[in-house]
Amino acid sequence: MTLTEKILARAAGKASVRAGDNVWVNADILMTHDVCGPGTIGVFHREFGRDAKVWDRDRVVIIPDHYIFTADSKSNRNVDILRDFVREQGITYFYDVIDDPNGSWRFDPGRGPLKRQYGSQYAGVCHTALPQKGHTRPGEVLFGTDSHTCMAGAFNEFATGIGNTDAGFVMGTGKLLLKVPETMRFRLEGRLQPGVMAKDIILHIIGEIGFDGATYRAMQFDGDGVAGLSMDDRMTVANMAIEAGGKNGIFPFDARTAEYVEARTKLNGTRQTYEPVEPDRDQKFIYELVVELDKLEPTVACHPDPGQRKKAKELSSIRLDRAYVGSCTGGKTSDFVEFARVLRGKRVVIDTFGVPATPEIVHDLQNTRWGGRTIWDILVDAGVRMTENAGCAACLGGPVDTFGRINQPGLKCISATNRNFPGRMGDKESQVFLASPATVAASALTGRITDPRELLPA
Amino acid sequence: MQNVITGPVYVVRDNIDTDQIIPAQYLNLVPTIPEEYEKLGSFALCGLPESLYPIRYVREGQLDSEYPIVVAGRNFGCGSSREHAPIALGSAGCEVVLAESFARIFFRNCVATGELYPCESTARLCELLKTGDIVSVDLDAATVRVAATGDVHSFKPLGDVRPVVDAGGIFNYARQSGMIPARQ
Ligand code: SF4
Repeated sequence: MTLTEKILARAAGKASVRAGDNVWVNADILMTHDVCGPGTIGVFHREFGRDAKVWDRDRVVIIPDHYIFTADSKSNRNVDILRDFVREQGITYFYDVIDDPNGSWRFDPGRGPLKRQYGSQYAGVCHTALPQKGHTRPGEVLFGTDSHTCMAGAFNEFATGIGNTDAGFVMGTGKLLLKVPETMRFRLEGRLQPGVMAKDIILHIIGEIGFDGATYRAMQFDGDGVAGLSMDDRMTVANMAIEAGGKNGIFPFDARTAEYVEARTKLNGTRQTYEPVEPDRDQKFIYELVVELDKLEPTVACHPDPGQRKKAKELSSIRLDRAYVGSCTGGKTSDFVEFARVLRGKRVVIDTFGVPATPEIVHDLQNTRWGGRTIWDILVDAGVRMTENAGCAACLGGPVDTFGRINQPGLKCISATNRNFPGRMGDKESQVFLASPATVAASALTGRITDPRELLPA
Repeated sequence: MQNVITGPVYVVRDNIDTDQIIPAQYLNLVPTIPEEYEKLGSFALCGLPESLYPIRYVREGQLDSEYPIVVAGRNFGCGSSREHAPIALGSAGCEVVLAESFARIFFRNCVATGELYPCESTARLCELLKTGDIVSVDLDAATVRVAATGDVHSFKPLGDVRPVVDAGGIFNYARQSGMIPARQ
């Protein structure tokens, strides 16, 4: 069995499963957020009754992160709906925007978009917060009401996005009927060269198989190249399995996985026991691709979908209006470090926005110094508008007052995010080009799409 | 539940993602709140760029669409897992989407909510039809008949999905078939 099949077999209480089998699996964690949580709660109450209780209050994790720093009253209300539900159900893990469990959330636009407006429990973008807060464990099944839930596959678990109705069902029963997907294997070999990042691996792969090349399938990333990838790198790759239509992305378990998970579960006092899955000898794949990491170059997905692959160096004629680094995929500490490495001591020539995925990342950037300056200050000195209000921000457009949202037609933006369908970051007549933080940085310095290797310090 | 759905089609092309079906700025609406469910319908497919789709799916100021059938190319509903997408279409009055292929989560959400029938056409109907053409979709026969020409095209039978959408979604289906207890 493949890694995905092994996890699903275990979660279904069966000795083995095969691709195509429909099985009821037990969920280990159900995650929801402010955009889909209220609707999921609505389905849960409608179907199981007003007085119903969630199947396990320690396993429903609620993370407001999408439409938080906006004056839109319905969006603020949605955070309050989550808080009411948490109180009613006694949910253990709720990463509220404010500290008062009986309060209500109102964003204050008068204080501006850059200065922090959240309390001590707020955790930021759900997919990045889940591992940081100790909710990702090898061998488990994670459902989330968000398509990029597949990011947790970096931790050797089965993680996939579901809709509100399915999530309402899981909330009440802890189970879901799934079809076991066929597995596609991507064997990563060798090491990435300087200026080339994990983002380039996944943009390369999606370009290879197409935007729907993994529809209904699992994407397994293995091979000796995995050992050289940090957990952040693996998260970037697994995150974008959905951009090829994949049901999940998954990595093998190794010492790095163990180290990360053990540190985080301990720090946060979450469950520390887990059972990873190891690859079998007789895995059946529907497709195999070897990716030679040494040969990859900085890669861009052009408007209007993540499968429009080009090399950055081929696109130097494309003039840009803005640049954006942020999101679950591209707003982690390591992403900002690469961003800063290229920008250090230079000045951007187009509007450039930086949105860390989580408050912890804000903290890292404000407390890591290179030659006396923090990474945060280096970015601000380079002209980047850095916000402390960690969250999804303009990755998915959001309400019109969202920080970094594209509110004019015709603008071209290069972005470290994961999706670029028309209108994704705001105006439906704007264009988004997806790239690594290094490529975004180089492009922000020149105002056109630029291969970061041209600018990297030797 | 009807077997035959007749009406004008609204035609879109490949890769229509959930942001084009329901732009992210309207995700502040909660589908289980009735007024907000209605409102979601008024925004269905409003994320399609006007430069490519000058005819709108829902007319300015209306809550419902005049097109009960949407015809699409490959990978309809790709992108996010937002259930707001099939719900917006269903709320606007869409009963069937006939696409060459669907993204996985969208397909599943259509069935789970029972909002509409996701049918996979074998022909590339988005090249053969234009917005406003009248067709009849026969769910039993798995065929589409074009009124003007009499041409008949087939789609993959819905199989196990049909009774779930007929029942109005996964919860109703599970109750009807005894998988979960009936409501007290
Ligand atoms: S950062 Fe973007 S991709 Fe990630 S969860 Fe938020 S909206 Fe989705």
